[in-house]
Amino acid sequence: MNQCNNIKGRIHSFQSLGTVDGPGIRSVIFMQGCPLRCVCCHNPDTWDFSGGEERSADELCEKVLRYKGYFGLEGGVTVSGGEPLMQSRFLTELFKKLKRYGVHTALDTSGCILDDSVKELLEYTDLVLLDFKYTNEADYLQYTKMEMGSAKEFLEYLEKIKKPTWIRYVVIPSLNDSGESLSKIFDLEAQYSCIKKTELLPFRKLCLEKYEEMGIDFPLKNTPEAKQSFIDEAYKKYEKSLS
Amino acid sequence: MDFKQWQGFQGDTWRQEINVRNFIKKNYSPYLDGPEFLCGPTERTQKSMEKLNALLKKEMENGGVLDIDVSKTTTLTSHAPGYLDKETDVIVGLQTDEPLKRAVNPFGGMRMARSACKAYGYEVSDTIEEEFRYTKTHNDGVFSIYTDEIKALRHCALLTGLPDAYGRGRIIGDYRRIALYGVDYLIANKMGDKAYYGKKPMTFENMRNLEELHDQIKALEDLKKMAASYGYDISMPASNAREAIQWTYFGYLGANKEQNGAAMSFGRCSTFFDIYIEKDIKEGKLTEEEAQELIDDLVIKLRMARHLRTPEYNELFGGDPMWITECVGGMGETHKTLVTKTSYRMLNTLYNLGPAPEPNLTVLWSEALPTAFKKFCAKVSIDTASIQYENDDLMRPIFGDDYAIACCVSAMKVGKQTQLFGARTNLAKLLLLAINGGVDNMFGTCVGPKMPVMDDMYLDYEKVYDRFKVYLAWLCEAYVKTMNIIHYSHDRYSYEKLQLALHDTEVERLMAFGIAGFSVIVDSLSAIKYAKVKPIKNGAGLIVDFEIEGDFPKYGNDDDRVDEIGQKIIKRMMMELRKTPAYRDAIHTLSVLTITSNVVYGKKTGATPDGRKAGEAFAPGANPMHNREHNGALASLNSVSKMPYSDAMDGISNTFSIVPDALGKDKGTRINNLTDILDGYFRRNAHHLNVNVLNRETLMDAYENPEKYPNLTIRVSGYAVNFTRLSKEQQREVISRTFHESM
Repeated sequence: MNQCNNIKGRIHSFQSLGTVDGPGIRSVIFMQGCPLRCVCCHNPDTWDFSGGEERSADELCEKVLRYKGYFGLEGGVTVSGGEPLMQSRFLTELFKKLKRYGVHTALDTSGCILDDSVKELLEYTDLVLLDFKYTNEADYLQYTKMEMGSAKEFLEYLEKIKKPTWIRYVVIPSLNDSGESLSKIFDLEAQYSCIKKTELLPFRKLCLEKYEEMGIDFPLKNTPEAKQSFIDEAYKKYEKSLS
Repeated sequence: MDFKQWQGFQGDTWRQEINVRNFIKKNYSPYLDGPEFLCGPTERTQKSMEKLNALLKKEMENGGVLDIDVSKTTTLTSHAPGYLDKETDVIVGLQTDEPLKRAVNPFGGMRMARSACKAYGYEVSDTIEEEFRYTKTHNDGVFSIYTDEIKALRHCALLTGLPDAYGRGRIIGDYRRIALYGVDYLIANKMGDKAYYGKKPMTFENMRNLEELHDQIKALEDLKKMAASYGYDISMPASNAREAIQWTYFGYLGANKEQNGAAMSFGRCSTFFDIYIEKDIKEGKLTEEEAQELIDDLVIKLRMARHLRTPEYNELFGGDPMWITECVGGMGETHKTLVTKTSYRMLNTLYNLGPAPEPNLTVLWSEALPTAFKKFCAKVSIDTASIQYENDDLMRPIFGDDYAIACCVSAMKVGKQTQLFGARTNLAKLLLLAINGGVDNMFGTCVGPKMPVMDDMYLDYEKVYDRFKVYLAWLCEAYVKTMNIIHYSHDRYSYEKLQLALHDTEVERLMAFGIAGFSVIVDSLSAIKYAKVKPIKNGAGLIVDFEIEGDFPKYGNDDDRVDEIGQKIIKRMMMELRKTPAYRDAIHTLSVLTITSNVVYGKKTGATPDGRKAGEAFAPGANPMHNREHNGALASLNSVSKMPYSDAMDGISNTFSIVPDALGKDKGTRINNLTDILDGYFRRNAHHLNVNVLNRETLMDAYENPEKYPNLTIRVSGYAVNFTRLSKEQQREVISRTFHESM
């Protein structure tokens, strides 16, 4: 355990107040570095593994504890990214420390890796926000550079260890918003008892400026944003299909 | 003592002495459940509101003032009764004979009265001119005493907004006493006090007390006459809910007729009213709908209160505010909540009558408040952006459980303490004065100790801070002296006889000093300490600008390195202020609050070492500088929460704007999250929070199309305003503030 204490994490940024990544009031840590290249990615500045700043688990833990008083009964910490699983050993250290202080931990991930280190991290994770991107192999690979099988395998594992999970799905007009896709996403909840909630997130283009600043092309710059009304409809349809 | 009106009430102490707190304690019914019982507006209320809205529209079209009665000086009995609608008003009483017609009050200063009239196309009548030819005003008094140094301090705007030409305000009469005891009993008590003081040696202090008591008694007599003109005899206690509200309101109305104080709080009346309302309901004399109607009509009357101000005054205190602050909620000293159904009814007026800045509804927040009430408050904030929160768990141990808030953030025990208001000093400017050795680089005025202009290539933190300490000590002494002059003169020439008649005779005074430019000086010192700051001089050898190399920690990011500088400044200033004795043995207090003067103060301050350009607005109150917060909303809240209330007991104001989406995805989540934020913030001993839940785009649209937003209310700095009533400059500053968004 002592040797682990020396690991540093690469952090993109820290947001003291988050309310849309998990339940309640949450502080959000954005990790630096991601192996995926999702076309809809909002945070291209988190891709580069050499970017960001190094922080120790102690430093981050101390930082999070400053906000513990706001977390209420439901809130806590969400680690997002980037891809947090790329730094699973570091995060295991961090989550271990946070659990010692009774802080609720959530992991916002694509589920792209499942090795022993990730499995250990999941032991200290209270909630997984699993970002499901597409509902068929071809799209998955084309638009994220990741295999759908990995995400599925990750979900199987979560089911096996009964880890509370929320499925999150960014709805991108004409790319993954067909009735068939959406029903496949909602069906997951029926198939896996670990899934407690399915969230549809509307595709937005607030990140355009970031892409421009970084001088890279935003692949979906011509795709329209998803309408909230469409999302609301989809939820309603799903609720109907349940009853 | 016993009155037939007191039948059915419990307790004894309050019958033996004037003690409203004890009456409340013995008779009120805490309410722990939710808002389900509330009623909407009656048809009558809706009609009254329509009538008022039409008048408000006319007032706006008329340049902000509907009408002025220039014929006479305002007093308790100067004007014939006025009504919004004589036939249907449930609670009656206006300052003049017509709704929204303003009265002239020259006791603070004749020049101010003249220029206020002129600004709106009126002329003070010959009658008033004649009356005041032989009457010395407060303003005359102050300037008879002011020294050259004090005049220079005012001139270069190191001290601004001083109450030396208008009523000082911030005094909360315990208007509830009128309802509980009736005026005759209050007069008898004051006469008893007068007899007692009459036996003491005739020192200056004792003669002053005797004269004041005489004036207080006269004011109470006049108040009875004022009420009689509306057909009410208030010599005896109120005998039902409507009378209790009416009697109390008469007291408040009388205060407004007599004084044009900068802030005229209503106090802490809701739970007091609740006792009468619940009794009437229980006895079958009142329905819930009627109870709500009473509160609605009271609030309609409060929303009609007006004072006549000059354009310069509006620059400092934008949006024509009155600070009719009414506190709801809080806990009792015995851990029983003071929330009652009428706390809800009061907040419900924002739905029944629509959002509005007045009365300045202030929720006294405690972790122990009933959960349902917390959530209701959060909902009202999200829906209306019209309420503010102050930390009851922080104030209760100091002020007990029957304090109220004067103006924005000033706590005082109702009827037992009063404030000597002192506006604020510009600490950002003081820093510039210090490095320039006592020359103001904007006005060229020499003021303060004379020293050489600092000539290091890069500013050295220790040297700058040492120098700042010297200037701070000098300023604090001059500031206390200035305040002593102002309040001596105010007591002498514009004494608040009615409001003080509604206090204990032995009143405790708090002398309230203030800081403006807080985040600017904190960040400036941080820049000097952690980055390299190169001063730039002009032709005259004065430092007028700065080049900053490297980054530095900024206030508002929960970074102790800079937040400690803020704590240090507050503590140091408080220590320096205490060195100079205050008038009438007042207790020195300090606030970090700007109202909207942050714009004017910024305009009059040169470029600062934090990178702020010359003339640029300051952040309001204790807020971090606009858009320098990079760690999100909670980090910003944490920074402010570290500022020590024990050394800034007149309040630490923080205005928090967040876009709805950043608070959660749906209404229920937003309510829960806002409740958690408030709990978290106040648990850290933070003092005050204004909450705005809105999008910047809404404000930008209102800036361009004011006619689309006649009722857009936002919290600015310890009070709420109708956004469209702010000057364009003030509107731009509000739009440029940080709006916390989700990433």
